[in-house]
Amino acid sequence: MSEIHAQTVQYVRDTMLPPAPPPNRQSGPVLWLRENLFSGPLNIALTLLGLAAIWYLVSSIWPWIAHSVWHANSLKECRGIIAATFGEGTTGACWALVRERWSQFVFGFYPSHLWWRPVAAFGFLFVALAPVLFSDSRGIRRWVLFLAAILTVWIMDALGAPTAPLTWVAAIMMLAWLLSEFRPSLLLVMTGLYPALGVWLLWGGSLWSPIVVMLGFGVAYAVYRALERTSSLLAVVGAIAAAVAWWWWIGPWLVPRLNQTVDLAITRVASDSFGGFLLSITIGVSGIAMSLPLGIILALARRSDLPLVKGFAVMFIEFIRGVPLIALLFVASLLLNYFLPPGTNFDIILRVIIMVTLFAAAYMAEVIRGGLAALPKGQYEAADSLGLDYWKAQRLIILPQALKISIPGIVSTFIGMFKDTTLVTFVGLYDPLKATADSVRASVAWKGTYWEPYIFTGAIFFILCFGMSRYSMYLEQRLKREN
Amino acid sequence: MSDFAVPAHPPFRPMMLINDRRYRGYTIQVVVFILIMAAAWWLIGNTIENLSRLGKDFNFDFLWKRAGYDIPQVLIPYTADSSHMRAAVVGLLNTLLVAVLGCITATIIGVTAGVLRLSNNWLVARLMTIYVELFRNIPLLLWILVVYAVFTESLPAPRAYSGADPAAHMILFDSIALTNRYTAIPTLNLLHSHGSLNIGWGVTINWATIAYIVVLVLAILAHRALGRWARARQNLTGVRPRTWPISAALFVLPLVALWLYFGIEVVRPTLKGFNFAGGVNVHNALVALWLALSLYTGAFIAEIVRAGVLAVSKGQSEASYALGLSRRRTMSLVVLPQALRVIIPPLISQFLNLTKNSSLAIATGYMDLKATLGGTTLNQTGRELESMVLMMGIYLVLSLIISSAMNLFNARVRLRER
Repeated sequence: MSEIHAQTVQYVRDTMLPPAPPPNRQSGPVLWLRENLFSGPLNIALTLLGLAAIWYLVSSIWPWIAHSVWHANSLKECRGIIAATFGEGTTGACWALVRERWSQFVFGFYPSHLWWRPVAAFGFLFVALAPVLFSDSRGIRRWVLFLAAILTVWIMDALGAPTAPLTWVAAIMMLAWLLSEFRPSLLLVMTGLYPALGVWLLWGGSLWSPIVVMLGFGVAYAVYRALERTSSLLAVVGAIAAAVAWWWWIGPWLVPRLNQTVDLAITRVASDSFGGFLLSITIGVSGIAMSLPLGIILALARRSDLPLVKGFAVMFIEFIRGVPLIALLFVASLLLNYFLPPGTNFDIILRVIIMVTLFAAAYMAEVIRGGLAALPKGQYEAADSLGLDYWKAQRLIILPQALKISIPGIVSTFIGMFKDTTLVTFVGLYDPLKATADSVRASVAWKGTYWEPYIFTGAIFFILCFGMSRYSMYLEQRLKREN
Repeated sequence: MSDFAVPAHPPFRPMMLINDRRYRGYTIQVVVFILIMAAAWWLIGNTIENLSRLGKDFNFDFLWKRAGYDIPQVLIPYTADSSHMRAAVVGLLNTLLVAVLGCITATIIGVTAGVLRLSNNWLVARLMTIYVELFRNIPLLLWILVVYAVFTESLPAPRAYSGADPAAHMILFDSIALTNRYTAIPTLNLLHSHGSLNIGWGVTINWATIAYIVVLVLAILAHRALGRWARARQNLTGVRPRTWPISAALFVLPLVALWLYFGIEVVRPTLKGFNFAGGVNVHNALVALWLALSLYTGAFIAEIVRAGVLAVSKGQSEASYALGLSRRRTMSLVVLPQALRVIIPPLISQFLNLTKNSSLAIATGYMDLKATLGGTTLNQTGRELESMVLMMGIYLVLSLIISSAMNLFNARVRLRER
């Protein structure tokens, strides 16, 4: 009986036939049309409805786009040109507005001879991000750095940057590229230094204050290493205390003295000259950078075994998530002075960044909590059985996996936050969407242009947010480990 | 005597507070508690000092003073002589109005777009993808401003409807007039009015409305009882009795009877002088905000619906077809219940988002809670702290209520695990 297979199988083919193309009636555009557009009455109706919608949209918008004018000095002139070229009574887009006022949309009231500074800061941002975002692909990193360097220097030159900074930026970019090719881990040092550099380039002033602030992190790290042997809890507390002491007492004492010794100041730019996309990107990038670590801490606190820590985390998260961002922004602009010692008055952009960060962090915490909850329990138990302490287990085993699961959520929180930066217009900041459009429209020359500013800013927001969401898809694909 | 030494309880040493797992948790909690209390003490101390320096106190008396400003769109009676409190309630009701309307339309738009995006019609699926990506990647504020601009800039003025050969025409069988200031919609009028119920605070509800609500609730209850009876019958005999004619009659007959009893007629808006009268003129601030919120949130809901439907494995519907269930039954009995489980939690947060985003009404000038209590009242009385605390508290309570109500619903459709 055991030989039954050998007796029943009469014939086994041992060569494959070459693949043949499908018969004519099984492929081709006609079949595609029949299957995808006209497969049934409902499908035909939907197709016709879709065509009608497209026809309606195109026929109402296309003439307006087709009659675009790029060169004019005012809306009246625009309309004159359109009437002269395409006949009386036609309407058209007047992109001359964007052409003339683009600087206001991009830089706000940032002094025009200093425009190269935000551009350099934006270029360096890619240097700082490259080792983090594209850590395992040298090819992509090479292209990102190459493009960032060329574009930054080119745009800086076009905006009239002096030779000295141009040389410096080019040199640093070259250095970054070399590091990325030969010692990628060293490029992370640039990432760490970027916050100080970015703030200094954007706001100007003395280089010493950002340096001293960054040194605070170094002090904290040194204290942590020194106390690590005794107890990890003591080390963390000691490090935080040392950093706070450094920023609170030593920094304010040190900076003026350093300034007197070596003067590293560049022209200071006040916060109220920030505007347009410069403002949005500044708030967005700093909010993103700060809300991720804060969100991780909040998520861990909410999953903690300690009831008190958990309770405070839940209260904070639920409060922030239950209140509209506008209310928090108004708190920043109206109430923060009540909560701080009398006489304190700090920068409105900083206040808004703090509020946006807190807001995004609460949402981020929930996203990351989902990721933590999705991890199988065995991962936690494995970490325990290896004898890892809490922080080591989180850092080496739990968080890398949890963050990987939550990437889509994290990126959509980022996108939401970046879009929400437009709300700062309601606390009097000069955002690209409403404040800029309103002020452009307030001038006599451009009174009555509604769609062009909206389309312009909308397109830029779309490109940035769409790019972010595509990047998250790329990241998901790359990190996918299971087959 | 055994030789085993009983492990003695080690004497307590202060370092154990940090190094011993049993005590470390308490130490951390005490430290956290002290730090947070210190921070709170510092903040509250600062606030008290700042308030006393400004010569202000912290009380809510201003809520009972005369408001002195007008609100164009009100749901309960309000005049400039009413109190700030009443203005705040009017604002809250306006917020709720736009939130409820927005949630309903956003769900309709979102479900339609999400299902169409999955349809095998290539053209429609692409169109829906464009809609979703456009609305998700552009700030809500821009959509609100654009829709508002469409309403205020592109629509005709009310007087364009006048004359023998008007420049503009009413839509939907001459019942709705879109103008650049308001949208005139028809209302219902009672021929045999039986008065109305005064529920205090100057708010009255028509008896006809109450009758309709009561009858609807009764009809729903009867419909459910009918369903239970049919199921019992089916379990007993194997044949499900035909219930839909009875159900239809349950809903239609009493409503028609009420219609005849109260003599309800539709009043269409008509042009009187320079403005429409007869119907209700809904301010464009509300219409634009509502449309923009619905379209924006609809794009997010579409993605949620798509993900929910895709999450139900294909084998489920195939198994259902193999059992001989029809397409409709498969959808309602097999696919939807499973998809809903995935859809509902994110849907709740979209409803919450919509409610909170309605505070962007500030961009169109719609008088919601933010604009009344947190806007005009705040500016007139100079009570920033009290107004903001009250406003944030109301928003907080609102979103907690929404999320707990929806979580109850979620608990009902959740997977019953053994």
